[in-house]
Amino acid sequence: MSKEIVKKSRMHQGVGDRMVSIICYVIFSICALLCLYPFYYIFINTISANDLSSRGVILFWPQGIHLKNYSSALAIDGLFQAAKISVMRTALGTVATVSASAFLGFMFTQNKMWHRKVWYRLIIATMYFNAGIIPWFLVMKNMHLTNNFWGYVLPAIVSPFHIVLTKTFVESIPKELQEAAEIDGAGIMTVFFKVMIPVIKPIMATVAIFAAVNQWNAFQDTLLLVTDTKLYPLQFVLYQYLNQASSLSALANTSSSSSLAAAAATTQTATSIRMTITVIVVLPIMMVYPFFQKYFVKGIMIGAVKG
Amino acid sequence: MLGKMNKKKWYSIKLFLYVLPFIVLVLLFSYYPLYGWLYAFYDYRPPRPFSDAEFVGIKWFKSLVENPVKVAQLWQVLKNTFVMSGITLGTSWLPMIFAVFLNEIRCVPFRKFVQTVTTLPNFISWVLVYSVAFSLFNSTGMMNTLLLNLGLIKEPVLFLQSSDHVWLTQWLWLTWKNLGWAAIMYIAAISSIDDELFQAARVDGATRMQQIRYITIPSLLPTFFVLLMMNIGNFLSNGMEQYYVFQNAFNKDYIQVLDLYVYNLAMGSGSYSVSVALSMLKSIVSVLLLVGANTISKLTRGESFL
Repeated sequence: MSKEIVKKSRMHQGVGDRMVSIICYVIFSICALLCLYPFYYIFINTISANDLSSRGVILFWPQGIHLKNYSSALAIDGLFQAAKISVMRTALGTVATVSASAFLGFMFTQNKMWHRKVWYRLIIATMYFNAGIIPWFLVMKNMHLTNNFWGYVLPAIVSPFHIVLTKTFVESIPKELQEAAEIDGAGIMTVFFKVMIPVIKPIMATVAIFAAVNQWNAFQDTLLLVTDTKLYPLQFVLYQYLNQASSLSALANTSSSSSLAAAAATTQTATSIRMTITVIVVLPIMMVYPFFQKYFVKGIMIGAVKG
Repeated sequence: MLGKMNKKKWYSIKLFLYVLPFIVLVLLFSYYPLYGWLYAFYDYRPPRPFSDAEFVGIKWFKSLVENPVKVAQLWQVLKNTFVMSGITLGTSWLPMIFAVFLNEIRCVPFRKFVQTVTTLPNFISWVLVYSVAFSLFNSTGMMNTLLLNLGLIKEPVLFLQSSDHVWLTQWLWLTWKNLGWAAIMYIAAISSIDDELFQAARVDGATRMQQIRYITIPSLLPTFFVLLMMNIGNFLSNGMEQYYVFQNAFNKDYIQVLDLYVYNLAMGSGSYSVSVALSMLKSIVSVLLLVGANTISKLTRGESFL
């Protein structure tokens, strides 16, 4: 019956509907292109001859393909150390945020906790207000967390948004599960580790993805807290290269591009370094993102219902 | 009886003790900074320690409205903040429209592809967005090469070092980064609309535009409204990262929003106390805005979003 209706309605589909369809396809193709082409452009430039890429002639396909930029990336000043810091803060920060969110999300469903609501609200309130970055910086300095690797990780451990996500998920699990375990004599920690964790793994994956992307992308905390170059993450090193390049290009007039053109095809140039670092920083996100998209979507949906 | 009571009480305290370390962390990193507001009432000049600073009362607050140089600066900063937040607020229906029309695409692989690709920019940092912008729009970037090849310009244009249309270009970058992701919430909301509504409309001969107008959009309005109210609460908080990475000597006058100005005051010119005073005012006004928006939501829709 309903199929028949659909068929009938298809036949009724007028010229107007067809037009809507065509316009949609055109507009969304443009949107997709606008989001993809910039990354493609940067990528083909990193594998093209460096004298061509620094003149900006590579637009649609690579020319003089070589992978030297990636093999010599290690020689870029400070890049290896920065990669180490980025990986370390992402790994440690993610583990810390995920564990704390899972634990707190579970604990705050325990009605028996002394003044549970007060503590929960105390944490959630921090989503809606903050003292401001400068007061934050000043107290971080008081606590000796400036120029300190732990300044990246410690403030990220308790993250209200992620606690809301996990708590909502835990609440959707039947109470009987915990009760049954408690009748068998399990304490609260046993319930958490043996009963809860296996059940809340999906939401822990979601939180892990969010936390990892946040840590990988973090820039502002370095800007505020860190002056020691050994503690710079990739994002910050990339920013420094961009900043230098931008002040150079503001000073340079067109004639100086001829001196850049003198560089050989595989010698590193300002452009090649900048773009290679960009690809290295973007790549992990590009690799991870399509596979975990459904987790992101799930995360924002639960967050939207509650937040 | 007493023993049982105590045991119950002890258990509830034990549960609290488990979360206590985390509460301490929150107090340290989110509530302790409120103590930093004290700096606004003192003449704090690093590297001299805070204990040596002189108490000056509301001197810095007064200077914000009395010192003509600061007033002029602050006026420009507020203008930037209001215009850029205003444009964002005024175009906050864009993600909804994006979702509505994306939903009209019948070819599922294409729809999924567009959705994945357009949400990607949301997951890269502002530094990377700036890197993308720089690669495309610097003097040897793709845009200049293209325009030169087409003969539209004779000399490279320094797009990023321009003081023209800063508000508009910043909005465009923000939209490039956020549009696809912001649409996801609406896409999910659309999929929860009862399909019978559409079938009934089709039987009655409704065109697709009519279905959108009378079914899809009305059922998305509650979501839209909640997000709009949250945007109002964030009116003063554009964040500083985007504007920090895009700022340079040429566009500085138009790109400094409140968050960035607060940062530049302290870290750039060392006026910590003034910066904290301003930051304190901003936090208070933001909370008031949020509460206000929540009240509007309660009055008009009978539900709060906090």
